[in-house]
Amino acid sequence: MEEKLSLQEWIDLAETKKISFGDFCIDFQAKELEIDKKVLLERMEDMLHVMEQSVAIGLTGIASMGGLVGGNGKKVEVYRSESTDKSVVGSVMSKAIMIALAVGEANASMGRIVAAPTAGASGTLPAVLFSLAEARGFSMGELGKALIVAGAIGMVISSRASLSGAAGGCQAECGSAAAMAAGAAVELYGGSPEQVGQAVAITLKNMLGLVCDPVAGLVEVPCVKRNAGAAAQAMVAAEMALAGICSVIPVDEVIDAMAAVGNAMSCTLKETAQGGLAVSPTGILLANKLFAKVES
Amino acid sequence: MNIFDVIGPVMIGPSSSHTAGAVRLGNLALAILGEGVKEAVIGLHGSFAQTYRGHGTDLALSAGLQGWATDDTRIPKSFDSAKEAKFDISFSTINLGDLSHPNSVRFWLTGVNGNKCIVTGASIGGGRVVVTNIDDFPVEFNGDFPAILTMHRDRPGAIALVTSILSTQGVNVAQMKVFRKQKGGLAAMIVETDQPIDDAAFEVIGKLPHIQSVRRIQLV
Ligand code: SF4
Repeated sequence: MEEKLSLQEWIDLAETKKISFGDFCIDFQAKELEIDKKVLLERMEDMLHVMEQSVAIGLTGIASMGGLVGGNGKKVEVYRSESTDKSVVGSVMSKAIMIALAVGEANASMGRIVAAPTAGASGTLPAVLFSLAEARGFSMGELGKALIVAGAIGMVISSRASLSGAAGGCQAECGSAAAMAAGAAVELYGGSPEQVGQAVAITLKNMLGLVCDPVAGLVEVPCVKRNAGAAAQAMVAAEMALAGICSVIPVDEVIDAMAAVGNAMSCTLKETAQGGLAVSPTGILLANKLFAKVES
Repeated sequence: MNIFDVIGPVMIGPSSSHTAGAVRLGNLALAILGEGVKEAVIGLHGSFAQTYRGHGTDLALSAGLQGWATDDTRIPKSFDSAKEAKFDISFSTINLGDLSHPNSVRFWLTGVNGNKCIVTGASIGGGRVVVTNIDDFPVEFNGDFPAILTMHRDRPGAIALVTSILSTQGVNVAQMKVFRKQKGGLAAMIVETDQPIDDAAFEVIGKLPHIQSVRRIQLV
């Protein structure tokens, strides 16, 4: 077994060095990978470009392989463009919703995406990063650094818990994606390393217990819309952390709790399509229809 | 685990296990065959059998057998290019038994030069894969390292000769495993290495005594 990583340990190191968590992560990861910091950032910017293309694919409104999702990112785009006072959540979050759906739909239709941390949860990070970038004009370099923060958070979650729905439920996929995005958002808004940790802890607490129950076993329902929910959770937590709100339960303990909840979760709720929405009457009906198509 | 396992890989959706993993299994099967595929008969087991259409697993396997990477945007159209290349591919569902991983696949491959092989593998999550059987030899390897696969006579010194060639080329052995069915019969060996194995070493190994065939497996 690899040694468990600790997010608090990294946060403390950054605080003692009096540098931002992003700068700490770049130094640390570049050393770990034995590559130049510039190269690391460039590779992250490449990922961001792929993400931008995924958004564009999704916004064409294409339909998914299983035919259960598609066109919803586009719907939000149209709704947003009609008038600003129509939005319940405001322009930034509505943009995040649009991007999350678009990337989720691009993924479901065999488009090219960045698994971050997984394909099913690939809409969450682009949603948060690009909607905030539009609001505040962040550069690709700044977004790349935020992506490294997100990656570092994901590494800790992976080492203490899991990033896969099959092992830990959707809390491990969309929950982790949201936690990573929340940390990235705090970094972008100039929050302290400590605040990055608080945002991660708050996000995961709010998504604890989320089950993985894909209809017909496909990464379509509920996955695509869950990415929009995850993006919103990330922004809510980042806002709290930046306001100075602390999680009562420390971040590493929250991650460990998520691992324990994942282990306690029934196998029917971990990607097997044998529980939750997958076995709702409509879920079963849709699955039967799709499997009949396979047989014929 | 490094940061690019979390932010990445770049891949064609929708599923790292059912799509990206399927491409990689195709890549590995192609490398094991050692030549272009002329005909592939593919059996899908478990969740692969149930959900392959919705995940594009069939398209992904075909893409992998054509040597494409997991982020190749041609993957959704891989059947068209297979048809153009006169590469014949067919799918059915099979039951490999309860002990098999739910995302398992078996390939019966015939190459352009008439070589044949039967490869079984599984996609075990996050795009990671494992090959579990080659031509009835239970094996275990994942393509993370450059590797060579030999089929050889089980004779004293057969293995030492291979590793000595590698060491003279400065190639370090990371892991190796030998499988045989009976003493003195045909054996399979997988040598995973830290450095890629160059053409010269590869050719010399193929000419060693007792070696029946050798394949080089190098994924990106
Ligand atoms: S429900 Fe399952 S398959 Fe869908 S996004 Fe969540 S973890 Fe992934």
